[in-house]
Amino acid sequence: MPDDPKRTERIKKSLLEVLVMLVGVLCVTTLIILVAGAPPFEAFKYLLLGSVGSWIKIGQVLTGWIPLCLCACGLVYSFRVGLWNIGVEGQVVIGAICGTAVLRMGLENGSPTLMIMLAFLGGALGGGLWAVFTGFLKTKGGVNEIFGGLGLNFVAQGITLWLIFGPWKRPGVASMSGTELFSNELWLPTIRGLRLSPVGLALTIAVLLGTAWVLSRTRLGLALKGIGNNPRAAYLHGLKPNKYFIIAMGFAGACAGMAGTFQVTGVYHRLIPSISSNYGYLALLVVMLANYRIWGTPAIAFFFVCLNVGSIQLPMMLQVDSSLSGIVQGIFVLAALLLYAWRSRRSIKAF
Amino acid sequence: MHITLKDIHKHYGKVHANDGISMEISEGTIHGILGENGAGKSTLMKILAGYARKTGGAILLDGKPVEYKGPSLATSLGIGMLYQDPLDFLSMTVLENFMMGRIRGFFGKEGLHRKRLLELSESFGFHMEPHRPVRELTVGERQQLELLRLLALGVEVLILDEPTTGISSLQREVLFGALRKLASQKKTILLVSHKLEDVEALCDKLTVLREGKVTGEMARPFDTPKLLGWMFGTVPAPPPCSTAKPGRITLSMEKVTGSGGRTGLRDCSVTIREGEVVGLAGLAGSGQDVFLRLASGLNRPGRGTIRIADRLMNGQDYHAFNARGVTFLPTARLEEGLIPGLTITEHFALQEKKGIRVPWQKAREQAGSRIEQFRIIGKPASTAESLSGGNQQRLLLSLMPIHPMILFLENPTRGLDMESVRWVWEHLMGYAAEGSSIVFSSAELEEILQVADRVLVFYNGAVVRDVKACDTDLDDLGRAIAGKV
Amino acid sequence: MSDVNIAIILGSIVAGAAPIVIAALGETISEKAGVINLSLDGSILLSAMVAFVVAFETKSVMLGFAGGAVAGALVAAVVGLFSIYLGQSQVAVGFVLTLTARDLAYFFGNPYARQYGPQMGPWPIPGLREIPFLGTVFFHHAVIIYLSMLMIAVCWWYMYRTPKGLRLRAVGEHPAAAYARGTDSRRIQMWYTVLGGLLVGIAGATFSLCTKSGWGRPQGAEGTGWIALAIVIFGGWHPAKVAFGAYLFSFLQVMGIQFQGWWPSIPAQVFQVAPFPLMIFTLLLMYAAQKGSDTGAERASPFLRRLISFLSGSPPGALGKSFRPE
Repeated sequence: MPDDPKRTERIKKSLLEVLVMLVGVLCVTTLIILVAGAPPFEAFKYLLLGSVGSWIKIGQVLTGWIPLCLCACGLVYSFRVGLWNIGVEGQVVIGAICGTAVLRMGLENGSPTLMIMLAFLGGALGGGLWAVFTGFLKTKGGVNEIFGGLGLNFVAQGITLWLIFGPWKRPGVASMSGTELFSNELWLPTIRGLRLSPVGLALTIAVLLGTAWVLSRTRLGLALKGIGNNPRAAYLHGLKPNKYFIIAMGFAGACAGMAGTFQVTGVYHRLIPSISSNYGYLALLVVMLANYRIWGTPAIAFFFVCLNVGSIQLPMMLQVDSSLSGIVQGIFVLAALLLYAWRSRRSIKAF
Repeated sequence: MHITLKDIHKHYGKVHANDGISMEISEGTIHGILGENGAGKSTLMKILAGYARKTGGAILLDGKPVEYKGPSLATSLGIGMLYQDPLDFLSMTVLENFMMGRIRGFFGKEGLHRKRLLELSESFGFHMEPHRPVRELTVGERQQLELLRLLALGVEVLILDEPTTGISSLQREVLFGALRKLASQKKTILLVSHKLEDVEALCDKLTVLREGKVTGEMARPFDTPKLLGWMFGTVPAPPPCSTAKPGRITLSMEKVTGSGGRTGLRDCSVTIREGEVVGLAGLAGSGQDVFLRLASGLNRPGRGTIRIADRLMNGQDYHAFNARGVTFLPTARLEEGLIPGLTITEHFALQEKKGIRVPWQKAREQAGSRIEQFRIIGKPASTAESLSGGNQQRLLLSLMPIHPMILFLENPTRGLDMESVRWVWEHLMGYAAEGSSIVFSSAELEEILQVADRVLVFYNGAVVRDVKACDTDLDDLGRAIAGKV
Repeated sequence: MSDVNIAIILGSIVAGAAPIVIAALGETISEKAGVINLSLDGSILLSAMVAFVVAFETKSVMLGFAGGAVAGALVAAVVGLFSIYLGQSQVAVGFVLTLTARDLAYFFGNPYARQYGPQMGPWPIPGLREIPFLGTVFFHHAVIIYLSMLMIAVCWWYMYRTPKGLRLRAVGEHPAAAYARGTDSRRIQMWYTVLGGLLVGIAGATFSLCTKSGWGRPQGAEGTGWIALAIVIFGGWHPAKVAFGAYLFSFLQVMGIQFQGWWPSIPAQVFQVAPFPLMIFTLLLMYAAQKGSDTGAERASPFLRRLISFLSGSPPGALGKSFRPE
């Protein structure tokens, strides 16, 4: 088959590119660690052991993987249709708020299982509507989704603070540590020994598979792809881009909202000011690194959370700040951008 | 300044836009460059003005060869160009546009520039308000401003690319007066145009280009038939009139006016029937493409009514037109018609309107059968961008519904090889025989005369001639296209 | 409330607004040339850290400011390089950098957290400071605050009254037309992106060496960059209006605490997040104004049209797009 040698050539080239990228990132990271006055090898060791060195640690990583992956799944929808959904942070927060609202209705209204399910539903709905609002600002009001989303992020944050210090404040003194803890029944059940919620895992895997299915096997997924690649031609083929912008935003917000609810019911068991743990913004980086596809997303998300969890020990062990994980994540994405630039330059030269 | 062009070549990828052009332009004359679409006129002038780079040949100014690296060198040598699409700054004022590019440093002497602007403007009979935002000016006024700016820069050679498209007749007179005055001041003027009337009124000498080469040169007095022959070439006799009677009315436009391009479309009233093949002739930007987009519902008219098979369609969008049997095929196949990154199968899958899942099996089969039927060189899994131009056109045609009521095609055979052109027309004629109306625009008059039953000629945004193909010929059409009705 | 109290409050508004004014002006310059620098928030933090560390080590506030300026310029240079010359999306690069710059700031600034470092103290202008009321409001501040006020005028004058400023606006509006007039649009865009970043760096330095002096995690400057981005849009990319937006925001911040006492029903957060809904509102206005002019809004009264166009302004034509010469 005349295609095969070309194909193996391409695969070899891709592998080489990725290798160069990894080496580059490793070098830069080592440099940074050295400048900060810490031993690089030790740092890498702590990052590794601190994230996958024990079952408890892996459980911690997976607990972070769940909301990050959920957000990233949602973002694959919005990126697919060509939108920059920076508002994902706000969608997580609103989802968390809605989830909290449902749970605050208490156990008198139903069994814990029902309440938790309703909370996730409420979170998905809240996040989805928040995102759809951003979408309408774009389609009907001409407001770029970057600024609309950004503005609504801050509004969501403001609403959270108001709730925590106002109507939902703890009895006694309102504090930055959030609302009151929910009663134990409303906590997501966890595997004994680990603090990992099987429900959360199942949900995330379901959303992952669901997203992959929607994007590759449904008409909706194909329509999103067509519009994202060429909205004018897609219009001529009978699709209405504005309608699909809203739909994609809805999906993105729903996933993000569920991530927010998970944070409330599975991690913090209350509403706190930084309920999103910045997973929204981080999910944007994950999807960028995955080249905007679903296939690499779970692995990259896992890797990113490993970095986050692994770096928690760094302040104690090496006296460096744990934000090293963020630096590594950022350098990876920048390296990926360089790679994309290199690839497009190469393909232009090929003509 | 005396300009000599020697054997200029320009390649845009595979396209040979300028193929060995040599010309002499004398100082103090108004020299016209005539030609059809794609003849290479604009490209040649852009090369002379430094905006594009030549691939071969030499340019001599006053006998000395010059090499350009960008527009700034051309400007410093005294060559300035008025582009077809004004390259100005809409959000800034008249005075700011006038000054931009001329002044440097931290301290611009605004007062001096304003004085100069008003002086120059008066001397040519233009009326310029220095502090008005440019977006409020008409195209003609923006052109006048550009002209003043170039003159203030001290250009000796002025190139104007289709200057009278989209301006009023009064502004045209003012412009011509200005150009004559400049010529009398020993400036050299190059006028690129397809409008015979304009160039015959103004120019001392004419060079005609066709398909990238010089086909002829002439000084005053001008022999119009000869010029037309040089512009359009000769064509075998058109096929005999068809005796088929066209059927019911499919499209009816009454006094439709709309915007778009440089000229828009004015007061267009046209009726098209089943089985008719209508060719839209005219130079690019004369309104044919605006017509196609208005008639297919892609754009909304400002005034007038559009009916598809007796049904009033005003205010509806393309999807509504589509539902009534109208299909539009754009000329920019990959930018507007097909979706890069999607395979042939996926394009067909997009047509499925029911159900949640994509019927991949059905789509693949359909793709396979259409590939065979339309003889597309590609596999169901080939992406749109991997196909050649001819195959992309076949794909676009294969994606259409089988019995369209009206087909609007923008330049359907652009960039296609002979075999594909032949195949496309065979196919479209098949549709016409079954009762579809085919309306297409084309840059090739020969093509229109060979396949169409009827020809609509567009000039400056209006239909100037509506005639049966068998009742007209190349001369007649060429005249109409150039504005001599 | 006594006269002196009001004067002091107004003075604190002026002082508090200074870093935002500087950052927003820097971003205005960059966006006017057509480049969005989304890394603003992280950039401010990074330059605040660098400024503090440099000042701490060298015991010189001046060098601290210089260090901060350089940090801001470097981040902006990366944005410019990736987007102008490597063809990547300005939004993508800017966004990654905002997160990474912040993380770099926390990482390298760690040893210096909660240390006491040099500060820029107030430097009352002799003579002017004696003026009752106005003296307290305007002339009782640190040098950088005076500079921030001066910058508004300089920025406006540069953009609208000099040939260089004309070229800046032309490039951001229509880089192809500027190219046809002999300007290297890409080089100009890069230059102004870096200049904008320089100002952002100075803003960051203002935080850690003056307004909220010191370094820590958090520093207190978090979120300012996003606010500055919103203010640039709210101010319609015009230096005077942008500065007005910055002072308005500072006013809302300071008065937020006061208003709590008067109108306890309005939550304090409303004042803190106010710039963002205002920004969205401005964008909606711009869209409405453009739609109106497209469909021939001659029917609307001229006064209304003028009001809308004054309030909205319009984005530079080429904002966010990269230019490639033929």
